[in-house]
Amino acid sequence: MRAAQAGVERRKLFDKLFVLLGLVVLVAAFAVLFALFLDLLRQGAPRLDWDFLTSYASRKPEQAGILAAWVGTSLIMVVTACVAMPVGVAAAIYLEEYAPKNWVTAIIEINVTNLAGVPSIIYGLLALGLFVYKLGLGQSILAAGLTLALLILPIVIVATREAVRAVPRPIREAAYALGATRWEVTAHHVLPYSMGGVLTGMIIGLSRAIGETAPIITIGALSFIAFLPTPPLTGEFPFLSFAWLKDAFTAMPIQMFNWVSRPDPGFRVNAAAAGAILLGMTLLMNGIAIWLRYRFRKKINW
Amino acid sequence: MVTPKSPAPFAKSIRRRRARDRVIESLLLLAGLVAVFTTLAIVWILVAEALPFFSHVPLADFLTDTMWTPLFAEPRYGILPLVAGTLVTTFVALALAIPAGTIIAIYLSEFASHRVRESVKPALEMLGAVPTVVYGYFALVMVTPFLQKLLPGLPGFNMLSAGLVIGIMIVPYVASVSEDAMRAVPNYMREGSYAMGATRLQTATRVVVPGALSGIAAAYILGISRAVGETMVVAVAAGLQPNLTWNPTESAATITSFIVQVSLGDLPHESIGYQSIFAAGLVLLVITLAFNIVGFALTRRFREAY
Repeated sequence: MRAAQAGVERRKLFDKLFVLLGLVVLVAAFAVLFALFLDLLRQGAPRLDWDFLTSYASRKPEQAGILAAWVGTSLIMVVTACVAMPVGVAAAIYLEEYAPKNWVTAIIEINVTNLAGVPSIIYGLLALGLFVYKLGLGQSILAAGLTLALLILPIVIVATREAVRAVPRPIREAAYALGATRWEVTAHHVLPYSMGGVLTGMIIGLSRAIGETAPIITIGALSFIAFLPTPPLTGEFPFLSFAWLKDAFTAMPIQMFNWVSRPDPGFRVNAAAAGAILLGMTLLMNGIAIWLRYRFRKKINW
Repeated sequence: MVTPKSPAPFAKSIRRRRARDRVIESLLLLAGLVAVFTTLAIVWILVAEALPFFSHVPLADFLTDTMWTPLFAEPRYGILPLVAGTLVTTFVALALAIPAGTIIAIYLSEFASHRVRESVKPALEMLGAVPTVVYGYFALVMVTPFLQKLLPGLPGFNMLSAGLVIGIMIVPYVASVSEDAMRAVPNYMREGSYAMGATRLQTATRVVVPGALSGIAAAYILGISRAVGETMVVAVAAGLQPNLTWNPTESAATITSFIVQVSLGDLPHESIGYQSIFAAGLVLLVITLAFNIVGFALTRRFREAY
């Protein structure tokens, strides 16, 4: 009896020790990352000013800035969003609302899952072979945007499917009962209700794309650019120009990588500043996504 | 209002709407097929661009030669040093991420209060979005100097620091996915265990973890393929010299960092250097694919039906 009692006591002690271990590991993981982020901010702080945002890269670290980089990143994100959003949402709607249970659907599903596990640099090689050379797009903003769109497609598809699946069946059935066709049910009811989830998925996908470095290096981003792409708005009719799609580019993560791989400590400071801005962008986007998810969840009461 | 007497406009509109539906359905199917085309294109491009490489370099040499010196006067193309670099950094990363990720997952799923879990989960997901080049900066500028204090003589570029930072990077993935799997174990199984007098820890390790094994295996596999494919951390912090070694305190190139190094230079299309990155990419794809298939088989094997 006393032996059993001792066993119980010991096991209870193990329980407490594990709680302690769990807390220590959890706190340690967050503390390490927090310390690293803080250090990044502290090291980059001297360069975080207006000049840094409005100057081109330069051979002198104290004069270098990220103008070409953030403009390049923004334009690439426009291309990525314009391609990944419609294709991803359409694919997700097909899989959730239309797809019959057959081998075609099974193959699509397997491919979406599998693509999510393909390393990003492989997408870079795909883009180098296909977009840059076979399709002759060159080392352009268009090629980079398309590459990142393919890269985040699985994320957008999975998030949209979850959002669409969360719309209750009775809503669809009510619409069908009134004579709506399948597309009308989807476009008038299912999509509006799942818009929160779709947007969340899209923002998370873009926040992933914004920091992707490897595939963009592979297709040949330049790290030293002292000009901006052709402006998309022009003074003459039709006021819109798409010439920028074919322009050479650099991007935020490329600029940071370039600076961090130079031995001059002055460039390390620039790298830290660029990293802090990049980190701020991704965390901000994720924060918005989480907030959106929360708001849409609260607004809808089935 | 349309009266029942004139059904014709109705019928016409229905026919038109149905026709529109069919067009839209095929467009949606086309979007779904983009995923299939992407996979096919990846395999096609890698194989087509690597084939000319293998007509220069026999496959046997590629797989068994112990030197990777594509830029030397007498180039040697043995993939082993790059594979070794990849495996060493991956191993270091997993040695950190699997224990830490699993402990965090068990803690969150079985011990933590609802409030703690609800605030830690989004934070974990947010950490997954931190750009990898930022982690590369951490490895080179912060972790390596720290490790040099502990291990005097550690070179400025080394696989240990890169591996550890990749480990920190994938802890959130492993923790988050394993935690999801553990939450999916139904409560009556825990209650049965408690009723037999088991403590929380015993329930966690003997009931919940075995029950969630398929999901936990999937989490580990996800972590492994992240670590194998991770590029920027190793390109920044592990050094770019191919080096056939199993010692993590040395510097070495990985498959991914070799591809980055070549891409940074301006290699002419059709040159052997250009082709060699596709051959390296093919090896990387085969390695990750192998892990994914093992993971798929594991989840099948250990799937418990509730």
